[in-house]
Amino acid sequence: MVEKGKMHFRIFRFDPDNDKSYHYDEYDVETLPGEVVLSALLDIQKKVDPTLSFRYSCRMAVCGSCGMVINGQQRLACKTQLSSLNGPEVVVEPLSSMPVVKDLVVDMGKFFANMKKIQPYLIRYSADPGKEVLQSPDEWRRIDRLVDCISCGVCTTACPVFWTNHSYLGPAALVKAYRFLSDSRDEGYNEHMEHVALDNGALTCKDAYQCTVSCPKSINPQEAIEGLRAMMLRKRTWEKIHHQTAEQAITTTS
Amino acid sequence: MHAVHHDVIVIGGGLAGLRAAVELADSGIDSAVVSRVHPLRSHSVAAEGGINAALGNAEESASDSPEIHAYDTVKGSDYLADQDAVEILVTEGIDRVYEMEHWGTPFSRTDDGRIAQRAFGGGTYHRTCYSADKTGHALLTTLYERSIKEGVVVYEEHLVVRLVLKNGRTAGVVALDLLKGKLVGIGARAIVFAGGGFGRTYRHTTNAHINTGLGTAVPYWAGVPLKDMEFVQFHPTSLPGTSILITEGVRGEGGILRNASGERFMSRYVKMQPPDLAPRDIVTRSMMTEIEEGRGFTGPWGPYLNLDVTHLPKRIIEERLGGIRELSQSFADIDPERKPIPVIPAQHYSMGGISTDNNGATPVPGVFAAGESACVSVHGANRLGGNSLLETLVFGRRAGISAASYVKKNDIPFDDTLVEQEVSAFGDYVQDLFSREGGKRIFDLESELQAIMEEDVGIFRSRDGLSNALERLKDLRKRVWNTGVSVHTLRYNLEFVRAMDLRAMTDLAIAGTSGALLRNESRGAHFRRDFRERNDEEWMKHTVSTFTPEGPLISYDPVRVTKFEPTRRVY
Ligand SMILES: Cc1cc2nc3c(=O)[nH]c(=O)nc-3n(C[C@H](O)[C@H](O)[C@H](O)COP(=O)(O)OP(=O)(O)OC[C@H]3O[C@@H](n4cnc5c(N)ncnc54)[C@H](O)[C@@H]3O)c2cc1C
Ligand code: SF4
Ligand code: FES
Repeated sequence: MVEKGKMHFRIFRFDPDNDKSYHYDEYDVETLPGEVVLSALLDIQKKVDPTLSFRYSCRMAVCGSCGMVINGQQRLACKTQLSSLNGPEVVVEPLSSMPVVKDLVVDMGKFFANMKKIQPYLIRYSADPGKEVLQSPDEWRRIDRLVDCISCGVCTTACPVFWTNHSYLGPAALVKAYRFLSDSRDEGYNEHMEHVALDNGALTCKDAYQCTVSCPKSINPQEAIEGLRAMMLRKRTWEKIHHQTAEQAITTTS
Repeated sequence: MHAVHHDVIVIGGGLAGLRAAVELADSGIDSAVVSRVHPLRSHSVAAEGGINAALGNAEESASDSPEIHAYDTVKGSDYLADQDAVEILVTEGIDRVYEMEHWGTPFSRTDDGRIAQRAFGGGTYHRTCYSADKTGHALLTTLYERSIKEGVVVYEEHLVVRLVLKNGRTAGVVALDLLKGKLVGIGARAIVFAGGGFGRTYRHTTNAHINTGLGTAVPYWAGVPLKDMEFVQFHPTSLPGTSILITEGVRGEGGILRNASGERFMSRYVKMQPPDLAPRDIVTRSMMTEIEEGRGFTGPWGPYLNLDVTHLPKRIIEERLGGIRELSQSFADIDPERKPIPVIPAQHYSMGGISTDNNGATPVPGVFAAGESACVSVHGANRLGGNSLLETLVFGRRAGISAASYVKKNDIPFDDTLVEQEVSAFGDYVQDLFSREGGKRIFDLESELQAIMEEDVGIFRSRDGLSNALERLKDLRKRVWNTGVSVHTLRYNLEFVRAMDLRAMTDLAIAGTSGALLRNESRGAHFRRDFRERNDEEWMKHTVSTFTPEGPLISYDPVRVTKFEPTRRVY
């Protein structure tokens, strides 16, 4: 009933307990229509090579575990249809520029540490009402897309600026900042903005657009970063911190 | 190497675990979360449809009240829920939902800016608060953010494998630090187990790969009893093949179930309106009856039925069901605006779990539990959609409070030496596993287990099927516990993880099957073809299982009835 296909996988391998350096292993995999990269990896683990390590959990593109580089592009393994990859060759590698723990598993420590810098929680000084804080549907729509972020790290590790500078907050952390700064309930402008307006914040972005191209949840991090810059211009945040206008900073850094 | 210790540790970084941890951090107790995955990767993140609370925000639900919510819950549970626990759920639940809103949850809104509410199965009113169709993601992200604010300590990617007791009291756990590949001991004077569900015991489940029940089996193996393990919820609507959930919220927004001749068959099974929103046990059995009687479709992944939303306004699909649209497009290549979504029932929720009282306490001093891995019981024989997210917050918080007051009241010294001894004993056990054959066998045994559960401990059950299943499971258990592990380093060793998971799944399956075989009645999700009616005279009681390697010792606890006398359950 279901027609099987065949694909050839080349997978990045590194086991710090046994290997001096990394190498690639090759596997032929029988595939079914509609199959995604994650299920092929599970198949390899099950039938061929139990030593293969990778992260996965929900298999429905919502837990953010399975970010990896597939045919040169940062993606979620569970959302990448085999049929969407041109041809029978699939190269799978760990998320770019992150320290490798084993095989496709990377250390996400820096990614989350950057996220924490923007004080990623709703900040309010007003007393909370007995019921909900009111928010109109239009106000909600302003954050609707932004709150979809699953912290997969795909955007940040696709960013060439981040590759050479892990202190740069990166698109995901900036999306998070913009999410709170756009929330009608939030009163923590200065707190969220603190690191965004410093070096390695929103002005460090070089508009490579890789984040927006690769985000599996169709969030537009680039637009969020532009939004942050606009906020900074409006409120003259950069000026207050750096004694230089944001326009000047943008012209001198780009 | 010295074992670390904390006054309280919480096993699990899902909604229940994080809610307990936030409470503990807030009360200044030295505490930490231990989780096999980063908290955001927990399966709470996948919840779609929403969380119930009688806020009365929707136009249609102005006269809703906690009491009506309680009644719906008790009726939905087929009268097996403990009614005092349900009262706590529905009253405190309102505060928990507002609190999550104050902490930043992006709930969808009514025109006047209040939390929007939709219809869900078995609810008299529109009571399910939602964040589009990504409510679990919205809640878990918010609670994780709150835990950052509260400075909650997390041991990420630590797999808990053993509970350490001293003279019958909590002393700590042994865990595998997956990133370092090292066994570690973590001492604790109290522990809250919040390990989530164990859907992976079935072949078709909406649950994540990590939902194997190891976090439930660990205390079970150490003597903490389980409750009502025979009650397993099968959700009516999952995608064929992948079993990815299509939320009940789709029917809440007006989606219709149809058979192969296009008929809205649910109206033949129930009188209520809309018929598609009957409770899950009923819809699931009706769907399987349609299929058994030849009115289903046949596809590459087996039989299925249709869930139709093509008649809904585009705006509703885009704004309230965007996640479902994305899932249908990515995983079934269907645009629900144009074509009906193919659906089939799949295992979804574990009503049973670690037996607790209304404060999350178990019979073992210092051991607490909350969330899907616990059984209070607020769901009885069948959970209503939207009540589980609510349970994680209400009882997660309660378990946190109880654990805090337990360690304040009882001055129990840490015993790091004992914990370290247990770590090294587990190290010997690992060496023993390494010396035995593993590899592909683990996966074969896993498939065998899932097939047994699906065939004989599924939606329709019978004495013959169940006793056959129990025999096969006990035979399987011997082989499972004899398998080794072929990969001999522990760093991110997924074969080792699966070997542990498989042991947990097998023992939980045996507990559930044993309870199901004894329960000679049909109640909620437990349907016996040979005993088709509910039998209150004999079976208004909870099944309690205590672990032995030969199979559980079974006893029974009474159901606590307060306001609602059991009557026939008709919809
Ligand atoms: C697809 C789907 C949709 C759902 N939609 C809804 C809905 O709309 N409304 C509703 O009310 N309910 C819904 N549910 C049910 C609800 O989401 C879950 O019951 C609930 O989120 C469980 O939360 P939890 O905190 O108990 O467990 P989880 O979120 O599963 O978390 C379990 C945690 O325990 C950890 N853990 C487990 N074992 C170990 C171990 N051995 N060592 C260390 N850590 C361990 C895991 O790492 C994880 O952090 C849905 C369920 C599914 C599957
Ligand atoms: S913005 Fe997109 S790519 Fe970046 S972390 Fe969030 S979901 Fe992943
Ligand atoms: S497995 Fe969860 S996002 Fe891919």
